[in-house]
Order: sequence, then C-alpha cells, then structure tokens
Amino acid sequence: MQSLWLSFRLAACVAAILLAIGTPLAYWLAYSQWRGKFLLESVVALPLVLPPTVLGFYALVAMGPRGPLGKLWMALFGHGLAFTFAGLVLASVVYSFPFAVQPLVVSFESVDRKLLDASALLGAGKLRTFWRVILPLSVPGIVTAAVLSFAHTLGEFGVVLMVGGNLAGVTRTVSIDIYDRVQSLELGAANRMALVLLAISFTVLSVVYAVNRRVWSPWPAK
Amino acid sequence: MAGEVKPSSLAAHISKERRNSKGPPFLLDVSLEALPGITILFGPSGAGKSTLLDCIAGLLRPDAGRITVGDEALFDSSRGIDLALQNRRIAYVFQTLALFPHLTVQQNASYGLHGLEVAHRNLLVREVLQAFRVEHLSSQKPGAISGGEKQRVALARSLVTDPRVLLLDEPLSGLDAELKAAIVGDLRAWNTAKQIPILYVTHSREEVDALGERVIAMVDGRILSTGTPLDVLESPRRARLAQAAGFENLLAATVLEVREADGVMRVRLEESTCELETPLAHAKPGDAVRIAIRAGDILLAAERPHALSARNVLEGRIETLERRATLIIARVHCGVRFTVHVTPGAVQSLGLSAAQKVWLVLKTHSCHLVT
Repeated sequence: MQSLWLSFRLAACVAAILLAIGTPLAYWLAYSQWRGKFLLESVVALPLVLPPTVLGFYALVAMGPRGPLGKLWMALFGHGLAFTFAGLVLASVVYSFPFAVQPLVVSFESVDRKLLDASALLGAGKLRTFWRVILPLSVPGIVTAAVLSFAHTLGEFGVVLMVGGNLAGVTRTVSIDIYDRVQSLELGAANRMALVLLAISFTVLSVVYAVNRRVWSPWPAK
Repeated sequence: MAGEVKPSSLAAHISKERRNSKGPPFLLDVSLEALPGITILFGPSGAGKSTLLDCIAGLLRPDAGRITVGDEALFDSSRGIDLALQNRRIAYVFQTLALFPHLTVQQNASYGLHGLEVAHRNLLVREVLQAFRVEHLSSQKPGAISGGEKQRVALARSLVTDPRVLLLDEPLSGLDAELKAAIVGDLRAWNTAKQIPILYVTHSREEVDALGERVIAMVDGRILSTGTPLDVLESPRRARLAQAAGFENLLAATVLEVREADGVMRVRLEESTCELETPLAHAKPGDAVRIAIRAGDILLAAERPHALSARNVLEGRIETLERRATLIIARVHCGVRFTVHVTPGAVQSLGLSAAQKVWLVLKTHSCHLVT
C-alpha cells in the first residue's frame, strides 16, 4: 500500500498547485479580450491530445542533467530533477493542466456579467469583485477542478513511467505498481489494488457530478 | 452625508456608435439635462435608452461628448476626462436587478459600503432597508424573496452608497400598478432629502402616466421631445413613438383640403373613401400624412348618431370582439381597419356582436398627425 499512499500525496500536491496557478490563468482566459487568446487555450488543452509518452519524453529531456529545468534544479538544490518526487509533481501538473483550468474557465465565464457590472458600480475593484462575487459563485467549478485534477493524477501511467521510473516510495505510484504485479503474475495483489483505485475513482466522479447538479450548494436553488 | 444638500443636475451630451454583426451601425446622439427628481426616459425598445445609461454610468465609453454632475465632469472627450466607473458615484439598477445570489439582503445592501467601519455601515444599511420596507428580510437571500421585494432591495443597495445620480433601467417592469406605485412612493420619499437626479427608463406608456413627471422621449438614438407627459405623448410627432405611446391606430392618409381659418384639415384615409377632419398641420393638399388615434378615444354607436359636436362619423362593421381583463378590443372595418376599446358593460348594453353594423365617432382633436 506504499504505492497507494505515494499516489495520494502526488495527486494532492498536483491538485493544490493546479488550483493556485490555474485560477489566475482561468480568470485571464475567461475575461481577456485579447485576440490571440486561442493560442494559450490551445496550449492549455494540449495534454488532452498528446500521448502521455510524448509529454513524458519532453519532460524527461527538460529535467535531465543537460535540460534547462534539470540544470536550474541542480543549481538550486544540488541534485537532479528526473526520477524524483518533485520531478513527478512537475510533470503531472503539466499533464493535468486542462482538467483544472477548463472547469474553472467555464464556471468563471458563466457568472452573470451584470453581477460584475453591479459590483464595479458599487465601487468594488477587480480583486474585490473576484473574491466576493466570482469565486463564491464558482464553488462547483472549483470543486470540479480540484477533484478532476486529483483523480486524473491518481490514474496517470505513461508520464510517470517516463519521468519517474519505478523507485519504491519515491516514484512508484499505484498504477505502476499494478503493472509491475501483473508482469510478475501476482494477480491477486494487482486485483486488490485495481479494485481500490476503481472504488476511489468512482467516488470522486460521483462527487463531481453531484456538485454540478447542485445536490448541495451554498445558495438556494432558483 | 452631513452638511448642506446642494442639488446638482446631470447633463449629458453623448455620441456613440455601436456596431453589430447584422444591420447598419446604431448611432446614439443625445443631449439632455436631468434636474433633481425623477426624469422619465421614454421610447420604444431599441431607441438607445440603455446604451445612454451605460455611457452615463461608465460601462460604455462614448465616442465623444461630455457628462457632468453639477460642476464636476465625469467624462469630457475634449479635455480627456474619463472617470473610472468606481469613482463616478452613480447608482444604476438594471432591469435584471443583479442582486448577488449568494449574499443575504443585508450583505447585498452593505456591499457598496466596504470602506466604512462596521457600526456605521450597519446603521446606514438598517436605515435604507427600513426606508424601503425590507428590513425584516435582512437575513434572506435574493432567491427566497418576491419580485417586488427584490426590486426594493436593489434600490436600497444602490442608494445606501449616497450616489449623486440614480439610473433605473426599467426596474419595476413586471410588477402590478399598485406595487409599482408603492415602491415609487418610497423612492420619492427617500429622494426628498437627497434631491438627486433620477433617470427612469421605461417603454411603458402606463408607467409614464403613473410617474407623471418630466419626460424625455427617445427614438432611434435621438431625443425627440422633452416636457410633461401631456406635451410629449399626447401629440407624438413620430410614428414609432406614437405606437409606443399607445396609439393603436396609425393610418396613412392624403390631405384633401386645408381650412386655415377653422384650424382644421380634411384628409382621406388611404385605400378607402373614409374622410376625417383633423387639426391643422404643416401640410398642403395632396401631401401624404399619418394619423394616430388612440383606441380609447373612439366612440362606438350601434345606430347612426346625429346632432353631434364630433365631426367624424364613419360607418363600418365589427370584424372581431376580443375580451381582455377589463376591456374589449373591437376591430371595426370602415374601408380601413380601426381598433376600438370598449368596456364589457357597453358591449352588453349595446348588444354588440361580430359582423354587426356600427358607427365610429371621432373628435377632430383625437386625430393626431405624425410624421
């Protein structure tokens, strides 16, 4: 179960980082009038269509001892980035990017513009409007973003294999572990882990859909 | 808030072109002044009323012009002044009200007061919620209160910030007349102390009559006339305004004869032999004109009337009788089709029914000439 715990830590780190950097980016994507916005939208959506091995390959090259990220990391911390937990987090953040940013963009965009106008007319600046109006009204989108990026990271395989390798307790996530067990014909152990992952994924998706149907909601239904 | 209240008027000279994907660009070009108190901005939808309010509030930037409250310029294209909307101190209540759905009535009302200390803020909020009779709803959210209550809360939220101007974009549409009158009464009461200009946008003729103050009539991005409701709406000079002002009958006609000594003209309604006597206008025989007549100004008789002061008696036949809440709409064909409003009682006592022969009686001064 060491691998399961590792996967959880990884997924939690990735979800937290994605909310932190995804929120301002999603705000910009939702409200910017810039004509070239579609370019950034495409970049954000890239991980949806790229094979994880392609993503993992570029991540590995960048993090390697001669790659820009690897060099920077070496200079800062004195050791390499590839095949470490930090490297795994970094690659997973890129891989799960659209799963966090897109729900945020959708929920920011769906806030009634008249509410934003009303807020400004009542003297509120952009930041106050964001905290007092946009964010509270986007709670379902934020929950969706957090849960999806968590679940997507939990289930990733290709990127982890490329960037993390298979180091027990460091980079051996649950999906890698299952693959290993099957390879060595430990089908019982593989089955138990697969079942746990299935149960977790189902629970997580149920939460997302429940939130989006406003089963619970911070304000009364219309 | 303390100190002498100096009423200032709002003056706006604005030109603004709006392009849309279909049709020609819309040009707003207006010059208006709103004194302290309610000024009604009346016109059909698409006249540019909301665009005008958006420009005054700062949501839209005029191409050119000048907007002032008292001596202070909020916008002046020639001097490069364009105050951010947060600094204009203009309150604006949208038709949709835009109450924050996740905040309580109390939190909504105090939204614009966040710079003040809590005790002072609570005092102001309580005052304004009392003035608009919604204090008992303080802890409710907008989703849980009625339409009229929402409108009261929206007014309270805007006015508590002590604005210099209040803009209302059809805020009371969808309310019955009694409730509307009650809310307007509370608004007036609030404004007796503040004396700020209130621009009240509506396309409803009934609201103009109910508010009965200064009216600015707008059509196609321009101001058509300014004055009392009587001045502006009783003698509409434009066909679109006539329709909006509740002239159900708008008929094309040709001038036959001009009798300047009597102050009247005779016209023939298009595609018929019907002739009407109308008030004198700048027209000469042969000119094409349009006549606007209110359905409520036409009398309906079941027998040929005689010995009348009214100059126009037309013979026709009822086509349909359509029942509404408090009146019956009769369509009468006299060569041209007229819409006539009659009371249910009159229909009963005259025994009116479809296909029946009737006579329409129109006073000369019920026939308005429009262009």
